[in-house]
Amino acid sequence: MPKDLTESHRRFLQEMMKCGIMDVSKCNSLYKKCCEIHKANYVPDKLDDFVNEINTPLQPMFMHIRCGMSEEDGQQYYALVNLADTEITRMATDYSDNELELFRKAMDFILDSDNGLASSTDILNLADTVQTKKMKKKDAEQVLQRLVQNKWLCEKNGEYSLSTRCIIEMEPYIRNVYQDSVCNICHNVAVQSQMCENPLCGIRMHFPCVARVFRGQPEPHCPACKDFWPHEIPELNISQSQLPAPSQPGPSNEKASRYGRPRR
Amino acid sequence: MSQKKRTSSQKSQAPSNRLSQVARNEAVDSDEEDVSLTEPSTSQVQQSLARLTVAQVDRKMAEVLQFILIKDQKKMPIKRADIVKHVLKEYKTIYSEILKRVDRTLGQVFGMKLVEIDTKNHTYVLINKLEPVELNITDMHTGSSKTGLLFVILAVIFMKGGIVKESIIWNMLKKLKVKCGEKHDDFGDVKKLITEEFVRQRYLEYARVPHTDPIEYEFRWGLRAEKELSKMKLLELVSEIVKNWCQLYAVGVFGGSCRNKTPAHGRPSGKKQNKQSLVPGVVLSDAFVFFTLCYPEYSCLSLRYILFL
Repeated sequence: MPKDLTESHRRFLQEMMKCGIMDVSKCNSLYKKCCEIHKANYVPDKLDDFVNEINTPLQPMFMHIRCGMSEEDGQQYYALVNLADTEITRMATDYSDNELELFRKAMDFILDSDNGLASSTDILNLADTVQTKKMKKKDAEQVLQRLVQNKWLCEKNGEYSLSTRCIIEMEPYIRNVYQDSVCNICHNVAVQSQMCENPLCGIRMHFPCVARVFRGQPEPHCPACKDFWPHEIPELNISQSQLPAPSQPGPSNEKASRYGRPRR
Repeated sequence: MSQKKRTSSQKSQAPSNRLSQVARNEAVDSDEEDVSLTEPSTSQVQQSLARLTVAQVDRKMAEVLQFILIKDQKKMPIKRADIVKHVLKEYKTIYSEILKRVDRTLGQVFGMKLVEIDTKNHTYVLINKLEPVELNITDMHTGSSKTGLLFVILAVIFMKGGIVKESIIWNMLKKLKVKCGEKHDDFGDVKKLITEEFVRQRYLEYARVPHTDPIEYEFRWGLRAEKELSKMKLLELVSEIVKNWCQLYAVGVFGGSCRNKTPAHGRPSGKKQNKQSLVPGVVLSDAFVFFTLCYPEYSCLSLRYILFL
């Protein structure tokens, strides 16, 4: 029998709806505050249970508060996502059909690339191929700005990648279509990653996962094939103390085939 | 290869495509209202319900709810005709049943309520059942400075008895460095914002004053503002402002320490840190301006120098 929601649950959900995505520490503070305001019993370290209580009645509405890791800092975040399908239902209200098409193309471009990045030139060129309605480069620039503002894409030095929110929301799609883009360490989807140079191996690891796995090792070696790991080892984030939660097993396989992997 | 994978999800994309179309067609919807939409009898509703599976009804309910939530993001009132046309379609006979369930779920899960603001055209807004509370945790999302502006306008209208001439609002806003016709950093085209956007969202009403030449307009509270804002809360806020203002006055009269710290012109940027923001985007000095507009008899006091306006 699912537990009835209280005001504290509703307050938390409303805030999640406003932000879209929130890091775990903020979620914890919010959880505490919601319990305090509505005089509910606050149990520290039970954020997951609290969120699951909200997720139960959300499920028939095809909504879910899902946890995921940021590829940039390795932090855990909670995001409110749509389960309905892999289409971006919530974005639909802000973006017209051709804008959504551009986003879809940009996302596929990023996922197809080796480094999980797309330059602004790449995306502007994609704008020319939009079929639903012609889009000028100037309009495409505006759309890109909005996508960054609404936290669907993130931009750094003129290069665009998928934001944490986007990855969490599109995770089932990415798993399904890009089956081998999975981190060897945490088994979550990997958009930006370092890859083993051994053509027979080719495993991927998130930057924060690399930092964690090779911490304190002067000569890092690939955990799978033991070849020397040639890439620069990123600095470990101080707050990266725990292993990120392994992702729930998706409908498609979790195993990344390591040999002769055909990338899409 | 991926083509194959995508087709499997093609079927489930249909509802969301519909939703995206819907959002863009807001403007034209009202013209195509289904005139044959009469209230079905209870027995008709029951019959229709009996013919559908539980799963079908639940799915429809979920779609209607998503539709309402999406429309509400833009704070646009939701028309019954739109719900029927774009989401319910052939299920329209059980509209009343679906709406009842949607309202129940909205209350139980989201803490919101569907309120009919126009019984003739059957238009709804979503209002929050939870009291507005200062959370200070989540980042100020972009809507908040607009809310501050709206709040100030609503407060002025309220204090002035419920109707205010447009010119008064602009005079007030000018003192807050928000000018009609000028592009504002936070608000953009302010005239458009308050005469169009806030009106469309039903927070304000903007009506022509009859028999005026040149044409004058006046502002009133909109239906959504009436439903969402407790006038009592507003009065409390105004009295807080007055209380704080009195405290500052005391500082001014008995020890003008404020005055020396800041430059003679404009508002120092560091100020916002000291003064507790009562409403997002509204700092105490702004509140003082608003106060003097409501009580002009006090504006002659030299407090203006203390607050650097």
